[in-house]
Amino acid sequence: MFKGRDVISILDFSRSDLKTLFDTARYFEEFKGRVFDYLRGRILALAFFEPSTRTRLSFEVAMKRLGGEVVHLGEIKRTSIAKGESLADTIVMLSNYADAIVIRHRLEGAAKFAAEIADVPVINGGDGSQHHPTQAMIDLYTIWRELGKIDGLTVGVIGDLKYGRAACSFIYGLTLFDIEKIYLVSPLILRVRPEVKDYLKKSEIKFEEKEGLEDIIEELDVLYVTRIQKERFPDPSEYEKVKGSYIVTPEILSKSKKNLIVLHPLPRVYEIPYEIDKLPCAKYFIQAKYGVPVRMALLKLIMGE
Amino acid sequence: MNGIKNSELIVRKIKNGTVIDHISAGNAINVLRILGLKGSENLTIAVVMNVKSRKLGKKDIVKIENRELTPEEVNIIALIAPHATINIIKDYKVVAKHKVKVPEKIVGLIKCINPNCITRQSREPVTSVFTIVSREPLILKCEYCGRYITSEEVVNQLSRW
Repeated sequence: MFKGRDVISILDFSRSDLKTLFDTARYFEEFKGRVFDYLRGRILALAFFEPSTRTRLSFEVAMKRLGGEVVHLGEIKRTSIAKGESLADTIVMLSNYADAIVIRHRLEGAAKFAAEIADVPVINGGDGSQHHPTQAMIDLYTIWRELGKIDGLTVGVIGDLKYGRAACSFIYGLTLFDIEKIYLVSPLILRVRPEVKDYLKKSEIKFEEKEGLEDIIEELDVLYVTRIQKERFPDPSEYEKVKGSYIVTPEILSKSKKNLIVLHPLPRVYEIPYEIDKLPCAKYFIQAKYGVPVRMALLKLIMGE
Repeated sequence: MNGIKNSELIVRKIKNGTVIDHISAGNAINVLRILGLKGSENLTIAVVMNVKSRKLGKKDIVKIENRELTPEEVNIIALIAPHATINIIKDYKVVAKHKVKVPEKIVGLIKCINPNCITRQSREPVTSVFTIVSREPLILKCEYCGRYITSEEVVNQLSRW
């Protein structure tokens, strides 16, 4: 089911695939700090053409905890890519060196393209503005672990829904479950793309677009927060005008359900102030922690015997 | 008077060539653009627009004398005129009749509109692939970046004038 497969989009996976993945991740959670033998002698190539902290480190830690090893592309300016080597040629080489490749790339469709070229499994560590499937797996796993279920929940996704790949992947991931309703909260110019909206309609998921949290916060079981980048606004004064509406304050959270959980793929900037961190609803660091067992589960299922 | 009679005749019958019938109303000019026919090719061409059609309500017809369409051209026409029928005329008779068919996958023909799509990178050995989201109005989806592309964009790209 998992063995040898590529991971390009969260939509390549079924609900039962995720169940298998979650059960495996849950198992690894029980053995924090232990090094296993599942991938002894196997090598994972980390091809990060774009900056990354959590994704890169947690894949590396996950591989090492499974007994395997990693090779890095390293700093792009010190590689042949700086000399003009194409992505295709780089992938052919990595495919010859390693047993699987994790790729992060600025260009959309780069992971799918790499998977077509490589002879070994390719895992998308984030490409363009649509897909970050392993982040979506972690997000869904966090909800499952913290609330015990995903079906029947009302979820708000706030921030940059147009260019943010984590938000987009998370929204796609929610369609695999029987979600009560999704609220898509963003400034007008950062609303989800038509193709994502179309997919929600086809999946018969109830959703509504909003420009603020005020009138919906009481309904939410999960609030998924993402960063809004100033550079997305053609006019900086427009950004200044709207940014306040996309900051999760203690005041706004005071109106929420008691069991609400707040998630964020991180890094955060201003959208979640530090004072929120100590509230019981703040689950984003736990979410980041789950990155290791979930990625361990994924690597074991794809690369293991 | 003679001129008017001649043109009526052309609309009704051609001796040899192609008649593209059942083009959705208003798209005859786009068919000519895609075929690269500007009128300066010295071909006799009749363009009939917005005539009554039992099937479509209104339709356009294009008749081209002394020119047969290639299968590639027929496939491209399918994208903007999904109901079109292509009649090959020889000696005033229809010798072949084809219904156009929109392919499920359109490979290498159209460029993705997203400049950040991997298929737009000239140095990478990658061919664009689009799948059909909707036939009418035409909406295609890039298989690499997921971006939608509309019929207007398709016509602009395929147009040869």
